[in-house]
Amino acid sequence: MSSYEARFKVWRGDVKGGGLEDFEIEVNDGEVVLDIIHRLQATQAPDLAVRWNCKAGKCGSCSAEINGRPRLMCMTRMSVFTKEETITVTPLRAFPVVRDLVTDVGFNYTKAREVPSFVPPEGVGPGEYRMMQEDVDRSQEFRKCIECFLCQDTCHVVRDHEENKPAFVGPRFLMRVAELDMHPLDAASESGLDRKKTAQDEHGLGYCNITKCCTEVCPEGIKITDNALIPLKERAVDRKYDPLVWLGSKIKRRSS
Amino acid sequence: MSVVDRQEWDVVVVGAGGAGLRAAIEARERGARTAVICKSLFGKAHTVMAEGGIAAAMANVNEHDNWQVHFRDTMRGGKFLNQWRMAELHAQEAPERVWELETWGALFDRTKEGKISQRNFGGHEYPRLAHVGDRTGLELIRTLQQKIVSLQQEDKRETGDYESRLKVFQECTVTRILKDGSRVSGVFAYERETGRFFVLEAPSVVISTGGIGKSFKVTSNSWEYTGDGHALALLAGAPLLNMEFVQFHPTGMVWPPSVKGILVTESVRGDGGVLRNSEGKRFMFDYIPDVFKEKYAESEEEGDRWYEDPDKNRRPPELLPRDEVARAINSEVKAGRGSPHGGVFLDVSTRMPAEVIRRRLPSMYHQFKELADVDITAEAMEVGPTCHYVMGGIAVESDTAAARGVPGLFAAGEVAGGMHGSNRLGGNSLSDLLVFGRRAGWHAAEYSAALAFERPAVDEVQVDTAAAEALRPFSAEGPAPGEPDGRPPENPYTLHQELQQTMNDLVGIIRREAEMEQALEKLADLRVRARRAGVEGHRQFNPGWHLALDLRNMLLVSECVARAALERSESRGGHTREDHPAMDRKWRRINLLCQLTDPTGGLAATDPVRGQIDLSRETTEPIRADLLALFEKEELVKYLAEEELYE
Repeated sequence: MSSYEARFKVWRGDVKGGGLEDFEIEVNDGEVVLDIIHRLQATQAPDLAVRWNCKAGKCGSCSAEINGRPRLMCMTRMSVFTKEETITVTPLRAFPVVRDLVTDVGFNYTKAREVPSFVPPEGVGPGEYRMMQEDVDRSQEFRKCIECFLCQDTCHVVRDHEENKPAFVGPRFLMRVAELDMHPLDAASESGLDRKKTAQDEHGLGYCNITKCCTEVCPEGIKITDNALIPLKERAVDRKYDPLVWLGSKIKRRSS
Repeated sequence: MSVVDRQEWDVVVVGAGGAGLRAAIEARERGARTAVICKSLFGKAHTVMAEGGIAAAMANVNEHDNWQVHFRDTMRGGKFLNQWRMAELHAQEAPERVWELETWGALFDRTKEGKISQRNFGGHEYPRLAHVGDRTGLELIRTLQQKIVSLQQEDKRETGDYESRLKVFQECTVTRILKDGSRVSGVFAYERETGRFFVLEAPSVVISTGGIGKSFKVTSNSWEYTGDGHALALLAGAPLLNMEFVQFHPTGMVWPPSVKGILVTESVRGDGGVLRNSEGKRFMFDYIPDVFKEKYAESEEEGDRWYEDPDKNRRPPELLPRDEVARAINSEVKAGRGSPHGGVFLDVSTRMPAEVIRRRLPSMYHQFKELADVDITAEAMEVGPTCHYVMGGIAVESDTAAARGVPGLFAAGEVAGGMHGSNRLGGNSLSDLLVFGRRAGWHAAEYSAALAFERPAVDEVQVDTAAAEALRPFSAEGPAPGEPDGRPPENPYTLHQELQQTMNDLVGIIRREAEMEQALEKLADLRVRARRAGVEGHRQFNPGWHLALDLRNMLLVSECVARAALERSESRGGHTREDHPAMDRKWRRINLLCQLTDPTGGLAATDPVRGQIDLSRETTEPIRADLLALFEKEELVKYLAEEELYE
């Protein structure tokens, strides 16, 4: 097994400020950036703060920016860098720093609460749900989301625009609206809730100008823009400008 | 000293995985004001790692399935050591728990009729696992998380506050259960972000902290799995049950080293993947134990036909219970027939078209591609056993999930013992979380309501002691009492690595008496050194400090595992003794209980000889007659002692 010394710059600090700190550290075959951060903790910086959990790309905890790009540290192999390259690891930029690589991601939990939940259809009991695979495929794609919040971090609507945060839930939660809207048995409209309208009026869908940055950083490969945001926009536009389409869909849904 | 923030709740749930969240939902729906405390962010719990599915006899794919068949499979898988009443409740209630998830928005994969699809898994007679590709755990955790949000939205509408009846304290760690006499009075915890201490006062505490895998070097478990709940219960005076049973999942990744241990789902085999050694042989046919001889295929041809026609053929031995497969792989590697990196080959590439693999096993495809540069649609994976699950746990009452001996303490999920006996079947974990999470939340809420006007009081002295214990690593530079000056503090990371190596090497998949004795000595040594585990920096998000505190728990739990494993002189399920290789029917009725030697709180930490754990034996209740009648006499003879059969 070959190993070498790599140069790392890791942001260290807290709310009061901080800066990049230099490290030289051993790297072995097959390792990922998170392994190196752990080695720093164990050998050079025991109090280096970092979030992580599964180390297999399934929980979405170890999000950070590596050479400026939002990524999961556990899924970023060292072999994508040259041995000479200095690797810079910084906390997610769109969220306030707590300490070192740990940021306050509370924004996302606040926004999650603003999206109205699944509305179970009346008169369909547990065990009686019938849905065809092709009808759940679309929502299932969005439910692959591991809530790493990389899309929230990279989205230019909020990345450098704190002022947009109150009005914009971000790609992750617009996708959640789309997921519920495409759920074959969601009874929101029957209960008087129009998810397309709330996406537009309350969750800031209009801010999105489909630059696809969110899709590019998604570690799950979810086509957030093409499959969630654009269809949601199209539906919202129908709703907004064409009351007949709206009425038609309403009637169709009722009779099915 | 105790200037710590305090809040009053009716039920406190420690842990926010499947069991904890299901408990919290139940308690809140039954009217209890409920707090959930978890070490990670909300929605990141280890449950997300579960891949294969949720076992529930819904009979959507094979109409012959029912709870009795599921019960039988569970008892066989656990080699009849299961707390049978739990296995019964589990098999009966699992389908309702799965269907309920759909009403909360879960989207499982579907059958052609639009029902929930079910897949095959090791030890399950029929296709039984409700699943979403190979990311079922994520679906489960997200559904429960979103149900909690929906309850909070209801509370907001009624009270103006999302958190008035159900609050999640994320990134907080509980270090002590507080008691008023024998009863629970609350928990002592710290916020990881700030290091601030706080106390939640509550008559009921549900422990749902998962497992202990981080005490082993090669494990599929995340950093959270430090046995916190097991240790909290012990320290509160509750016994742990059958801690010798640790499941080594047969298929973890073996290469590259940095991902060694990461899980490769059993669905790979359930969907047709086969195990081969370096000679290309499907070796599992050589490892079918006598108790399972009639149930498994004798030839590759028969095994292959079973996927299409399960009524006329028997299942391939790749789908034996996990303990059997893990031991077989271990033997093949030991005999020199392993793969280049010390595992065996798991192959789907020659069994299914590439696009089917990508559709049915998307995360496995992704995981191997990203982490090992292996395309599983074109070549075989290398896999080997990895520490995955602990069957042992807090001893509980089957119906109520109440911990024995400590009124107000409840436990559900992996941290509770009994349900799975000596070995858990794949898929029975997620269903366990739901069935017993609900039961724990229900009974915790009831117990708490009964004490609404006489809530147990929190003892100031206990709060002070807990605070001092938690701060200890910051002043660890000083010499130990009676020791010469100038000894440097121990590095908690180093201690942790030594602990993992010890458990892996000496109390691992194959166990020997002398090695376990050696392990106990090493654990005593580590315990003494852990008292001097010191940390740099301050209390704000300091992982070195957190680890130093978790070490107490890992050391307690590891001693339980080692002592119980040394005591049980037979091989059964997740406990294999090289010096006692056979299952012994006399041991079937014996439970081993671990309790704290010194319940007054002294951890005997500086005494290397005396351990912290007392072990005792207990004979279990006979299995109820109507449940025994579900099995053929010829099968029971293999498991039950003569006298049990005639009772």
